[in-house]
Amino acid sequence: MTATTTAGRRPLGPRIYGFLRSIPTWVLWILVVLWTIPTFGLLVNSLRTRDAQRTSGWWLAWQDGANGFDFPTLQNYEAVLGAEATGGLANGLLNSASIAIVATIIPIAIAAFAAYAFAWIDFRGREWLFIGTIALLAVPTQVSLIPLLQAYSSGVRMTIPIIEKTVTIIPDMGLAGTIPAVWLTHTGFALPFAIFLLHNYIAGLPKDLFESARIDGADHFKIFWKLVVPLSIPVLAAFAIFQFLWTWNDYLIALTMIGGNRVALPATVVVASLAGEFGLREHLLTAGAFVITVVPLVVFFALQRFFVRGITAGSVKG
Amino acid sequence: MRVEIENLSKSWDGVIGADNITIDIPDGDMVAFLGPSGCGKTTTLLMVAGIYKPTGGTISFDGRVVNEVAPKDRGIGMVFQSYALYPHMSVFGNISYPLRLQKLDKGDIKQKVQKVADMMGIGDLLDRKIAQLSGGQQQRVSLGRALVKEPQLLLFDEPLSNLDARLRLTMRGEIKRLQKDLGITSIYVTHDQIEAMTMADRIAVMSKGVLQAYDVPEALYDRPKTLFVAGFVGNPPMNFFDVEIMSTNGEFRARSEAIDLVIPRDRAEKAAAVKGKITMGLRPEDVTFADESSSAGAGLTLTGVAEVVEPLGREDLVGVSINGVEMRVLVDKTKGVRVGNNITLVVNTSKLQLFDPETEQSLLWA
Repeated sequence: MTATTTAGRRPLGPRIYGFLRSIPTWVLWILVVLWTIPTFGLLVNSLRTRDAQRTSGWWLAWQDGANGFDFPTLQNYEAVLGAEATGGLANGLLNSASIAIVATIIPIAIAAFAAYAFAWIDFRGREWLFIGTIALLAVPTQVSLIPLLQAYSSGVRMTIPIIEKTVTIIPDMGLAGTIPAVWLTHTGFALPFAIFLLHNYIAGLPKDLFESARIDGADHFKIFWKLVVPLSIPVLAAFAIFQFLWTWNDYLIALTMIGGNRVALPATVVVASLAGEFGLREHLLTAGAFVITVVPLVVFFALQRFFVRGITAGSVKG
Repeated sequence: MRVEIENLSKSWDGVIGADNITIDIPDGDMVAFLGPSGCGKTTTLLMVAGIYKPTGGTISFDGRVVNEVAPKDRGIGMVFQSYALYPHMSVFGNISYPLRLQKLDKGDIKQKVQKVADMMGIGDLLDRKIAQLSGGQQQRVSLGRALVKEPQLLLFDEPLSNLDARLRLTMRGEIKRLQKDLGITSIYVTHDQIEAMTMADRIAVMSKGVLQAYDVPEALYDRPKTLFVAGFVGNPPMNFFDVEIMSTNGEFRARSEAIDLVIPRDRAEKAAAVKGKITMGLRPEDVTFADESSSAGAGLTLTGVAEVVEPLGREDLVGVSINGVEMRVLVDKTKGVRVGNNITLVVNTSKLQLFDPETEQSLLWA
C-alpha cells in the first residue's frame, strides 16, 4: 500500500481500525439515549394536564395546544407540593432527608473504623472475621425484613431447651413505625459492602506511610484520623453517594419498618400513595417523581469531583 | 549510639526473613546492609526500627535491650525508599509531624523545622504541597522529617533508588557529609554496591536472610570470604571458572578444558587440600589486553574471541569467549575491539580468588 495510489484517502487498514475503535462510543451513545427516553417522557408528562396525559402519549405533547390543553403547565407540581396533597410531600421529603443522611453517616463511620482495623491492625482471627463480614453480603434484604421488624417491636427471646428457661437476647425497643428502625436496617445491610469497599481502598494505601507514622510516634487512633481519613476521601465520597442514593430511593425498607405511621413516611412512599385509591390522581406521579429526583442529582454533582480527584498523588513515588 | 544486633532472627510461618544475624555497630559509624532483593536487609532494618518483632535474638542500643520498646520511643529517624511523605500535608506539616505528636510548643516546632529545612536546602519550600516538589526535594523533606527529632540512630531504606542517576550522586555525597557532620549512627540499606562502598564505614553483605560478611569495604573487595560476596561486590561482577589445581615442575597451574594458567604458589598451596574441581575468580579489571609488544610470560595469557562489546564510555566491557567459556573484561576503548576479533589477554594472577565449590567458602581467606 502506497500513499500515492489513493491520494486524499486513508489506506483501508487504518480506516477499518478507526471504525472499529469508534464502536464503543456509538454503543455508549445508544445506551444513553435509550436510558434517557423514559425519564424524558416522564418530564414531558409532568408538564401536561391530567386530561392531556390520558388522551395521548408524551411524544404527542406538541399537539396539546391544538387540542385545547395547557402545555407546558406547572399545575401538577403545584398540586404535589401544595398543602392539599395527600400525606404532604414536603413532610415526606424531610423524612427522606432525615433517613438518608443519618443512614449514610452511621455506616461510613462504623465501616471506616472496621476497614482500617481489618487492613492494618494485626489481631487474632482477623481473616475469618473479615470473611464472615463479607459473607453477610449474601443475606437477602427481603427475607430478613419481617424477622427484623419483629425484633424491633417485641425483641428477641430464646427458650433454652431442657431447663426451659427463656432469655432475652434483644429487649423490646418499640422501634416499629419509627425512623430509627429504618436507620438500623439500612446500616445493617450497608455495612458488609461498605467494609468491603473501604477495606480494599485502605489496604491499598502505601505501607511505608504507616511505618513512618509509627516511627514518628502516632498511635492507631492518630494514624486513622490524620492519615487514613484524609487519604480515603475519594472512596468515602464514592460510598456516600451510593448509600445516599440507595437510602433516598428506598421504598421497601421504609414502608415495612414505618408502615402505618404516616407522619414518618419518606417521600418515595408518599409519592406512591399520591395516585390515591383507584389511581384517581395518577397524573401527579410524574411530577412527584421529578421532585424526588432533584435531591440525589444535587448530591451526585456536588460529590462527583471526588471520584476523579486522585488525592494520593505524590504520596509515594515508584 | 552503639547498636548491637545479636543472633537476630525473623520468620513468618516458617518463611525465614532473617537468620541469626549478629552485627555490632560502633557509635557514629555508618553501616550499609547490602544484598539483592529478598535478602533480609530491610527485614533486619525494620526490626531495628521496631516495626517488626524479632522471633529470636536481641537488639541493644547502648547496651540496653530494646526488643520490646515501641518504635517512637527508640530515638530513631527513618528515610524510606518511597519517601513515605504525608501527601495531604505541606512540607512544614510533614517535617513538623513528629514534633506535633510530641506536643511540643508551637514556637519551638517552628524554629526546629526551619533549622532542619535550611540545613536540607528546602527552607523556602515549607508552604508547598508535597505533590508540587521534585523527587530530590521530596527526598530532602523525608530526610528533614527524620532529622527533626534529633534521633540517635538514622535508618535509611534504599533512599536513593527512586532518584535519577545524577541526583543520586549528589544526594549520596550529601547524606554522607550530613551523617559525618552530625555524627549520628546510621544504617543504610541498599542493593547498590557502589552506594554501599562509597558511603559506609562497614558493610554487612546479606543473602537469603544470612549474613555473608561484615567488614570494611576494601576487605570485602580484595578478600571476599564467600563466593556470594565475591560475586556480588564489584561491578562488573567477578568472572568464575571451574578449574583443577595441578602442580608440575614446581609450578602450579589452574587448568580446565578451556584455560590453562600458571598461578602464584602462595595462593595455590592453600587450595591444595581440595581434591577435584575448585572455583577460581577473576575480576574484569585484573585482566589486561595484550599488545603485540607486551611480553607476558607463558601461562599468563588467555586467547579468545570477542562476542559482545558494551561501550561504557571510558572503557569497553568486552565479553570474551575463551574456548567456549564466557569471561568479561574491561578494555581501554582506544583498542577498538570489535565483535569477532581474536583477543589475547594477560591475567594478573596475583589477584585471583579461589573458592571451594561445595561450601562456597574462600580457600584463601578464612
